[in-house]
Amino acid sequence: MAVPRFWRRLKNLYNLLGTHCKNCGSYYYPPRNICPACRRGGKVEPYKFKGAGEVLTYTIIHGGPKDNARPTPYVLAIIKLDEGPRLTSQIVANPEDVKIGMRVKSVFRKLGEESKHGIIYYGTKFIPA
Amino acid sequence: MSVGIVSYGAYIPRYRIKLEEIAKVWGDDPASITGGLMVLEKSVPDIDEDTATIAVEAARYAVSRAGIDASRIGAIYTGSESHPYAVKPTSTIVAEAIDATPALTAADFEFACKAGTAGIQTCMGLVASNIIDLGMAIGSDVAQGAPGDALEYTAAAGGVAYVIGSRDLAAEIEATYSYTTDTPDFWRREGMPYPEHGGRFTGEPGYFKHVVSAARGLMDKLGTKPQDYNYAVFHQPNGKFPRRAAQMLGFSTEQIKPGIVVTLLGNTYSGSCMMGLAATLDIAKPGDRIFVTAFGSGAGSDAFSIRVTDGMEKIRGGAPSVESLLQNPVYVNYAIYAKHKGKIRL
Ligand SMILES: [Zn+2]
Repeated sequence: MAVPRFWRRLKNLYNLLGTHCKNCGSYYYPPRNICPACRRGGKVEPYKFKGAGEVLTYTIIHGGPKDNARPTPYVLAIIKLDEGPRLTSQIVANPEDVKIGMRVKSVFRKLGEESKHGIIYYGTKFIPA
Repeated sequence: MSVGIVSYGAYIPRYRIKLEEIAKVWGDDPASITGGLMVLEKSVPDIDEDTATIAVEAARYAVSRAGIDASRIGAIYTGSESHPYAVKPTSTIVAEAIDATPALTAADFEFACKAGTAGIQTCMGLVASNIIDLGMAIGSDVAQGAPGDALEYTAAAGGVAYVIGSRDLAAEIEATYSYTTDTPDFWRREGMPYPEHGGRFTGEPGYFKHVVSAARGLMDKLGTKPQDYNYAVFHQPNGKFPRRAAQMLGFSTEQIKPGIVVTLLGNTYSGSCMMGLAATLDIAKPGDRIFVTAFGSGAGSDAFSIRVTDGMEKIRGGAPSVESLLQNPVYVNYAIYAKHKGKIRL
C-alpha cells in the first residue's frame, strides 16, 4: 500500500467506520453515501461499528510475502458484524482454534510495515471474543 | 478546583513467559532468579502489537469505562521508552483511533519509566487552568532487554491510560510532588536497540533516593503520614524494590499488596506504576486514600496523593480490571518469545 493511499484510508482502517440509513435501518461497511434500498428517500448518517461479530467462513494463508506483522500461517476470515455488514479481515489466533460461527471482536494491531525504515500501517483485526 | 481521574483503562497482551524458561536458556538458576527478583512471569506482546497498539487498547478502555465523548479530550500525552517511531508521535495514532481528532494537542513524553505520570501532571495543569476539558495521559511500553542481560528477565509489555478532568471524578488527585536529579543509572542511545544500565548497584542513588525523597516531599507538603493512606503504589522494576521502598517510608505490606502487579506481569516500564494504581483503583472504595510514587531512571520520581470518590462505583464495571487482564494467559517458550520480541530478525 502506498503511503498516500494508506493516509486517505487511515480513519477507516483505525475504526470500523460505515454508514447507517435512518430510513430503513440498514448498515453499510464500507460506507455508502446513498442507501441502495431507499435511493433518494434514504437518510444516511456516519456510523462507527461496535466491532462485535461472527465468523462466516475462513481460510488459512500459508504462502505470501514475509511480513513481521503477519507471519504465515495466518487466518483470513469473512466476518459478519452484529449490525449486518460483512467484511474480510485477519483473525489473530491459532488456525486450529478458529471455527465457523465463533464470536469475534475487533482489536487495534499492526497491519504491516513498508520496510524497516518505512511507515508502519496500523488498523483493525479481529480476535476470538 | 478539584482535578483528578475521570476514568482509566489498562491493557496487557495475552502472552506470558515464565522467568524459569528464560533462566534455562542462559544457564541461570531459576529459583535464585525468581526469588531474587520476586517475579514469576512477564507479559509478551503479540507479533503485531507495539507501544502504539497497546496505548490505543488502553485508551479505548479508558473512554468506554466512563462512556466519555472522546471529542472532549483536549490533550493526549503518551509516555514510553519504546515509541515505534523515533520521529512521528504515538499520541496522534491514539487520538485518531479513539476519535479525539482534530481539536486537541498531543505529544509524546520520554522519561524512562515515569513518562506516563509526567503526562498526568501535564494534564492536571491544563485542566486546572481551564485550557482543556479533559486530558489523557498514557504509559505504554514493549520494554526491551538485551538477550542474556539482567533486564531481559523483567522487561514486559503493557499500557495504562488515565483521563484527567475536573468534573465527574472517580478519584481526586489532592496533590503531586516531584524530585528530579541528573543521574545516569539507565539509558539508551539513539538508534540502539537495547538499553544500557549502570549495573546492579544503581538502586541506591537511583530508585530509592528519588522514590523516598519524592514520597517524603509530598507527605511533608500535605502534612500526611503513611497511616493516613489505605493503599500505596510504587514503581516496580521487580518485586523487591517497591517492598523495600514501602518499608523505608513506613507503609505496611497490606497497604502495597493490591498494587504489586509485577509478580505475574513483569516491569511494564511507563505502565508499571500506573498499572499498580489501576489495580488498586479496581478494588478501592469511596473515601479511600492512595499514595503513588513513580520512578524514572535518569532520574526522577513523581508522587501523588489520591482520594477515591463516590464516582468510582459508577465506572468500576465499565472496562476490564487488571486482575481480569492477567487471567488466562497463553504461555510461550523462549523461541516463540524471541520471535514476538523481534530478537530474531525475519
Ligand atoms: Zn435505507
